[in-house]
Amino acid sequence: MTGYLADTAALARKDLLLELRGREILPAMAIFVVAMLVAFRFALTGEQTDAAAGLLWVAIVFTALLGLGRAFVAEREQQVLDGLVLAPCDRSAIWLAKVLATLAFLILVELIALPAFGLFFERPDGATVAAVLLADVGICAVGTLIAAMAVAGRARELLLPLLFLPLAIPIIVGGVGATVAEDPARYLGFLGLYDLVFAILAWATFEYVVTE
Amino acid sequence: MLLGGGVALALLWAPEDADQGVSQRIFYIHVPIALTAYACFAWGAWKALRLLWTRAERHDLESYTAIHLGTIFGLLTLVTGSIWAKISWGVWWSWGERQLVLFLILFLFYSAYFMLRFSIDPGPARANLSAVYALFGVVMIPVSFLAIRLAENFIHPVVFTRDGPQMAGSMFATFLVCLAGTLALAAALYANELTGKRLDARLRELRELLT
Repeated sequence: MTGYLADTAALARKDLLLELRGREILPAMAIFVVAMLVAFRFALTGEQTDAAAGLLWVAIVFTALLGLGRAFVAEREQQVLDGLVLAPCDRSAIWLAKVLATLAFLILVELIALPAFGLFFERPDGATVAAVLLADVGICAVGTLIAAMAVAGRARELLLPLLFLPLAIPIIVGGVGATVAEDPARYLGFLGLYDLVFAILAWATFEYVVTE
Repeated sequence: MLLGGGVALALLWAPEDADQGVSQRIFYIHVPIALTAYACFAWGAWKALRLLWTRAERHDLESYTAIHLGTIFGLLTLVTGSIWAKISWGVWWSWGERQLVLFLILFLFYSAYFMLRFSIDPGPARANLSAVYALFGVVMIPVSFLAIRLAENFIHPVVFTRDGPQMAGSMFATFLVCLAGTLALAAALYANELTGKRLDARLRELRELLT
């Protein structure tokens, strides 16, 4: 087990280091999410600020999509994935590491996005923040697997949102529910359940996505 | 033989309810189709699981055919449900109808399945990816259903309450017959499609051998 964790840590560290040196994904995601929130501000007229909560969730999902779209590009372009698959480690460690790295990016971007949302619309409450964190786990767990699928296809940029958005609908339901409902516990519980179910499924099936 | 029998049964049974009436009678078509779609998706996912398990190539085609049929039945469910909604509530679409919303999400989900399949070259990689996605689909069904139930609380405060269908014996019998009919139809179509697709694959192999 320590070997598994060490593999995961090493792989996640590789992704974080790459980003630290290349600075490809993070700035793009951050600018995108702020631009999106500004665009939403103008998409709403005065009385519609209630809709803002929903738009926050749309912004998060789309920003995550932007990051996920790049998640496996380096691996494919440089044929790293073949090497990783051949490496003597559990294949699901590749998935777990990628989830952790993507999760780190997403949380960093949300450190910008949530205050920006508070500035433009209304301050997110504790339940919203908790829901965002829970949703991040689900988005990254499912999204990483789907991203690995999408890069195998010809129309990879096209494929990812197409495959991912139907799967993200429950996350949006849970997230918006937690943001607007009087008692958010049920929605948070639902998000937790989603995370658990799909994380197990993705963890178990990732091996088949990267091997033939 | 079985195929001919299945088609004959489905054809003989289906008109039985078609001439019984108009508005509410669509129930006998709509619900069996929906259940059949579920059955197809479940069968597709089962075959997908078998594929990942045994790595036998034939499961890929079987899983694909089942999901293909499931999507067609899902689309039919949307159409018949929409007609039903128009007749009983006067609108073509209602976010209050859980099953229909679920089918819309599933339809989107499985449409993406086809995009996935068509964008990858045939081979074991495609089989694996499709199988994994099919497994996600079958997990999506209960999760989305739960999500829709939760969403109703804030999307749609007034929940439609239809009279609980206390079905009389004869109605239930008709329903069962229709369900068996659509299931038989699906099974027949499945067998038919599968034979066709296998022939196609075989033909392609032979052609490759010749050239």
